[in-house]
Amino acid sequence: MNDVRLAADIGGTFTDIALQVGSTLHTAKVLTTQREPAAAVLDGTAKVLAGAGLCGADVTVFVHGTTLATNALIERRGADTALLTTAGLRDAVEMAHEDRFAQYDLAMTRPDPLVPRHRRVGIPERLAADGTVLLALDEHAVRQAALELRDLGVQSIAIGFLHSYRFDAHERRARELVAEVWPEVPITLSSEVCPEIREYERFSTACANAYIQPLMQRYLLDLEGRRRGLGMTCPMYLMQSGGGLGTLAEAVRHPVRLIESGPAGGALLAAEIARDLGVAMALSFDMGGTTAKLCIVEHGEPHTSREFEVGRQYRFLPGSGLPLRLPVIDMVEIGAGGSSVAGRDALGRIAVGPRSAGSEPGPAAYGRGGTEPTVTDADLLLGRILPERFAGGELPLDLDAAATALRRAIAEPGGLTLEVAAVGVSEVVDENMANAGRVHGIERGCDVSGSTLIAFGGAAPLHAARVATKLGIDHIVIPSGAGVGSAIGFLRAPAAHESVRTWHRRIEDLRGDELGSLLRAMVAEATEVVQGAAPGEPTTASARAFMRYRGQGHEITVALPLEDLIAPEGVRPDDQAIRNTLASRFLHAYRDMYTREIPGLGVEALTWLLTVRTVLTPQPWVGTAPALQPPARRAFAEVLDPGTGAVVPHLVVERSVLGPQPLDGPALVIEDQTTTVVPEGFTVRRGPGGHLLLSRVTLTPGGFP
Amino acid sequence: MTVIERTSGGLDELRRDLMWNRLISVVQEQATTLVRAAFSTSTREAGDLSAGVFDPQGRMLAQSITGTPGHVNSMAASVLHFLEAFPLAGMSPGDIFLTNDPWRGTGHLFDIVVVTPVFRQGRAVALFACTSHVVDIGGTGFSTDSREVYHEGLFLPIMRFGRDGVFDPNVVAIIEANVRDKVQVIGDIHSLAACNDIGAKRLVSMMDEYGLDDLDELGEHIIEASRTAMEAAVAELPQGTWHSTMRVDGMTEPIDIVTTLTVAAGAIDVDFTGTSAQVPFGINVPMAYTTAYTSFGVRCIVGPDIPNNSGSLSVVRVSAPQGCILNAPHPAAVNVRHVMGQMLPDAVFGCLAQAVPERVPAEGTSSLWNLLATGTWNPPGASPAAAPERFIMMSFHSGGAGARPDQDGLSATAFPSGVRNMPVEINELISPLVFWRKEFRPDSGGAGRYRGGHGQLIEVANRQGGDFTISATYERVVYPARGRHGGEDGATGSLFLDDGTAVKAKGVSVVPGNRRLTVSFPGGGGFGPVAERDPDALERDRLLGFVTRRETISPAPGTARH
Repeated sequence: MNDVRLAADIGGTFTDIALQVGSTLHTAKVLTTQREPAAAVLDGTAKVLAGAGLCGADVTVFVHGTTLATNALIERRGADTALLTTAGLRDAVEMAHEDRFAQYDLAMTRPDPLVPRHRRVGIPERLAADGTVLLALDEHAVRQAALELRDLGVQSIAIGFLHSYRFDAHERRARELVAEVWPEVPITLSSEVCPEIREYERFSTACANAYIQPLMQRYLLDLEGRRRGLGMTCPMYLMQSGGGLGTLAEAVRHPVRLIESGPAGGALLAAEIARDLGVAMALSFDMGGTTAKLCIVEHGEPHTSREFEVGRQYRFLPGSGLPLRLPVIDMVEIGAGGSSVAGRDALGRIAVGPRSAGSEPGPAAYGRGGTEPTVTDADLLLGRILPERFAGGELPLDLDAAATALRRAIAEPGGLTLEVAAVGVSEVVDENMANAGRVHGIERGCDVSGSTLIAFGGAAPLHAARVATKLGIDHIVIPSGAGVGSAIGFLRAPAAHESVRTWHRRIEDLRGDELGSLLRAMVAEATEVVQGAAPGEPTTASARAFMRYRGQGHEITVALPLEDLIAPEGVRPDDQAIRNTLASRFLHAYRDMYTREIPGLGVEALTWLLTVRTVLTPQPWVGTAPALQPPARRAFAEVLDPGTGAVVPHLVVERSVLGPQPLDGPALVIEDQTTTVVPEGFTVRRGPGGHLLLSRVTLTPGGFP
Repeated sequence: MTVIERTSGGLDELRRDLMWNRLISVVQEQATTLVRAAFSTSTREAGDLSAGVFDPQGRMLAQSITGTPGHVNSMAASVLHFLEAFPLAGMSPGDIFLTNDPWRGTGHLFDIVVVTPVFRQGRAVALFACTSHVVDIGGTGFSTDSREVYHEGLFLPIMRFGRDGVFDPNVVAIIEANVRDKVQVIGDIHSLAACNDIGAKRLVSMMDEYGLDDLDELGEHIIEASRTAMEAAVAELPQGTWHSTMRVDGMTEPIDIVTTLTVAAGAIDVDFTGTSAQVPFGINVPMAYTTAYTSFGVRCIVGPDIPNNSGSLSVVRVSAPQGCILNAPHPAAVNVRHVMGQMLPDAVFGCLAQAVPERVPAEGTSSLWNLLATGTWNPPGASPAAAPERFIMMSFHSGGAGARPDQDGLSATAFPSGVRNMPVEINELISPLVFWRKEFRPDSGGAGRYRGGHGQLIEVANRQGGDFTISATYERVVYPARGRHGGEDGATGSLFLDDGTAVKAKGVSVVPGNRRLTVSFPGGGGFGPVAERDPDALERDRLLGFVTRRETISPAPGTARH
């Protein structure tokens, strides 16, 4: 029996389904059904199964990712939630960092806290940072609070006490007490969802989890019931924010870990391609309708992080969203997509985004009532999109509407020709993305020039060559199935769990036996979760720590050699060797990041991370076989190249007929879900796995004539 | 093949705008590099830094947007002082220049300015400058207690600090001998030099990409376009002259900040004639820093979206008579010049509120209420026999901001500074202090149609029972943040022990080991008459426990709200 792998990715507009049977891929894109999201998954699944001549019972793996958790937070559709917290500190989740993220903007607003102040109850209790009980837990106050909150109609409870990242006894006892008087209410402990120091982020993560838990539980159990009704008996795995798969039970307990699972799938796809091609550093570039997401992939692994902000509602500004601390793929997201609206700023310069026209009304060219020019409208006017082939020909585009919108908002007020206005919109959005990529690289201690750009999502192949040029990147990969990249990425994800503990130690005082038992307990915890998702599969474990020089306020992430830190049972660990290992790993990482080290300063570790994941077996790439003949010259399209300012006839090539021999640009490589622009000075060929490989041949300055 | 005509249709303009955009990205990268590598808390956490690129004449073309406005144009002016001392013609590749002169730099000895020339094809094409607040500079440390600048630490006049990228070992030795945390201070200077190098590298690659030989034409365009845009923004204001006086606590006697603001065609002049004289304490302000916070205040209201550069900055002109606290000459004590400097946006708002009443917020706490506590302790895990260790806990905190013309003020939020606090859990990890309370302070925001932001209450004690010392630099303890257009004043702040003992709001005090210290932060002023408060908003404030005072009554049904 063939391996039949099914993936479903619920996005804001579309639900993507990918079904891999051996080396053949079947895909479907159906509209997301907002009120009953499981319906679209079932609908799309039925479609692809029918297309493949299979039934539900044939499916051997089902992987699901969704933006529902994200949307529930952004749209504030979650439960009425309460927070039980240390008395005296109930405003931590609202006070945030006391800072302003928009320096000159007097009208700046912060998002309302998920749990309003009157439902944040201070409980008398207090632990010191070293675990000393300064004030015992007031058990009566906990019971009393639970009963009062129940009478208030609260639906979900988060419990977050100070220093619980290390000392969770009070939180656990409080949960018991609440459950005694109110057994039905779902309870989230901050020490379970995020056992990490920094109270604002930890409590905020616990509140977010409690807030979406009832809704996500309903949805996940609904989907589970329905897909079983389809005859599917294999387990369902949930794609998590950090790029690993988890079980249904884990997802119901900690739904906050499903945030941003769609984009995570895309980064995994990029990572696998980078591994296949043996690329040391790649930049994953996912540009859709609303935003562009960039992620650095180093040695085949996407950068990960534990910091994420959901819903940067205020002009996409960092700091304007709700902070979460959980394992995530480390991405920078900017408001630059096909539907991003172009206008003029205070100085009359062209500005693009972050506002998006979305899918309704969408770009002016969609003819659905949109009158503001968007990036897609500019792309159309530049000749990059063949109107009759857009979205497989199902959505004809209106060139006149695009021209009118661009003329009215950009060309006429600025005294520009229509062509220059279109070039301007395209160049500004490409500059924005390139600048974001460069700054993201700097923040992570990487220089992205010289890396490989892996571009997917509907709009990325249109812009990839130009963005690459601006970043000093010579090689671009357009994956096969670029339009449903995230869903394909799901099929290539390992089962994984990241365990985290804050345990503050100066390295010179650290004891090997204490560290060993901490790490062993973390391995056991993570392995148990992974074995639940993938029984009997081989796993690997890796460790990292957040470390810093004493006196610094920020830690850097340091990869650790686990085998050198855990002595075999019964063997007394060599404290000095372990300290030396930790210190040298830190100094190495510090030098990589900051190009120097500071002699004479002590080193300390704050938080320890341990990841267990299943070992991936290579998956075949799917798609149609490469054509044997050189591509036939089908037609030419007139395309304006912002790099040269010239309108040049571009060869139009179907992706499916492109072969392994390099074809010189200028060309447009078309497929149903997107178009790849290959400017003059680039070649394109079809590589292993059916990916398009673009390479720059002439290293000309990428400016204007 | 059709080629778009370069001269028609605006392609040249587009190209310049793209390069301008890139230049702003270059300085943002420069600043990011600095934040990542810096040691001092205020640079890293608070964004107390600046980075910018200048043309060979010393005109600033772009500046990074960072957490604090104190460097807005002080750094811009600083580069001109460097060029005066070291003309461009005498500079060589690899040169590094430096100063912490409060009057030629950014206002106190803690801020080091580093300037690096950029050469391309053997020619100096630009200068990069940056500044950040280093961990320590010797002297009295971060307090109000210095009497003249000589008490405040090491003074480094404008000098060539490095050749061929190598620091002058003699100067390094002098710095090391004069500061408390020499490794971190030298580390901070390394980070300053490194960030200029990143900026230079990016600028050269941009010039290569666009085939630029110099920045003359681009620079001219940036400066002209920005000046024109600022002038247009000024033209939207009514012309005239407005006065305001704001009384603040000061050290031993109150200080009046007297402001005259004149809007003329294409320019705004702000003058501080009438302001109180300088004092023998560290709260005096050098002119450069006065100019920075004053300009910032104007820019919050006029042209906030226009990028900072010599063109946009030139439209706002600031003056103050020498010898007043806002233009205190050398050797005045200027250590904590932010205490007065951060009041200046409120001073400017006092005038602008008369010119454009619908655009200007009420007064706020404005000056930061940082918690700086020191003492000794036995860290967890340390042997009981070991000698106690010294701890320093520095955390940035804020009271309430003023109500806005169309919404409430932000509670416990920094303005005009934009700094971040430190988490309680981190403060408790690195010190024996316990934050028994850190909550909003109800009723502290001034009532009004829109309510001022609330302050907060912090209650802190030493769990190991030792005495600890605090260095207070607090304002709005005697004179509150005033309401606007009929809004009520915010509550004043205070400090006291749990036995009722008052603690002074400026200077160093010892908190006995068996006592708890309460810091009660001021609230921001309200905006508009309280009778016009939306009853639903008041109801919500009561539900959330933000308002408990009885006298803040709901207006009678049928009362007009606006």
